[in-house]
Amino acid sequence: MPPEKPDPLPFARQFMAALPHARELGLEITRLENGHATITMPYDPRLVGDPATGVLHGGAISALMDTASGASVMCHPAAPTSTATLDLRIDYFRPATPGQAITARAECHHVTRSVAFIRVIATDEDESRPVAMGTGAFTLDRPASVPVGAKP
Amino acid sequence: MSAYQNRDEALAWLVGAVPYIRFLGIRFDRQGDEITAHLPFQPMLIGNPVIPALHGGVTAAFLEVAAIIELSWSTLWEDLSAGRMNPDAVTPGHLPPLPKTIDFTVDYLRAGQAKDCFATARINRSGRRYASVHVESWQDARDKPFASAVVHFLMPEAP
Repeated sequence: MPPEKPDPLPFARQFMAALPHARELGLEITRLENGHATITMPYDPRLVGDPATGVLHGGAISALMDTASGASVMCHPAAPTSTATLDLRIDYFRPATPGQAITARAECHHVTRSVAFIRVIATDEDESRPVAMGTGAFTLDRPASVPVGAKP
Repeated sequence: MSAYQNRDEALAWLVGAVPYIRFLGIRFDRQGDEITAHLPFQPMLIGNPVIPALHGGVTAAFLEVAAIIELSWSTLWEDLSAGRMNPDAVTPGHLPPLPKTIDFTVDYLRAGQAKDCFATARINRSGRRYASVHVESWQDARDKPFASAVVHFLMPEAP
């Protein structure tokens, strides 16, 4: 019988709880595997950008998308030891519906020796109409002991 | 009331009405027609507690807020001083229609440290429908920015 694969989510949730700003935003990881990360941010009146409508500020959505993107890099099979955003471009398609949580789904779709490329999409409860999409490049630090291209 | 007081009132009015600006604790200092955004450090802005570094998302949000306030404030001030807008409309809790972010590209130049950040924005182009704003943020030295961004906005429709 193959050994049971460890579930990375409990560790990921603990990790998120240790990140002060992620904790402040109430972020919750619901997927973290193989270069894919899904993180949800609950609706919070403190994050509103337009008090007349209750629509969330774009900055809060950018923070969520940046977090999900970094998480997708960290869970890539290349097993980076750390990562940081180099650049991130976000296109805003529509205001998020007030009162609804925002979910960011990020994919680290390509890595080189020292750069990781991501795409990320943010939706509210209407998943057929994204709120925002982004692409970015992240730094990638590999474990020192494993030569690039070496099979484990 | 002097024009200078009016300018500060218009700025305070814009900033005070937005919950997310209060959440991050961003302040704005005005000198003449230039405004500087100031993000005082607080522990909840940390992303990685090991380094410790500012959360990259906080940096992005700070740049976006600085850009939108610069653009809104300059257009609001033009409208007020040209008489296109009644100064009585400047009341707490009521915001004019704000520009909407179309896209946002942020460039991380070095890690944000656990200390205060400052930002100034420059309006590269402000037309009837679209605007392009460049914004830069630094910590210790203004000539060593740690992040910059370009933001495109859709302008609110004229009343």
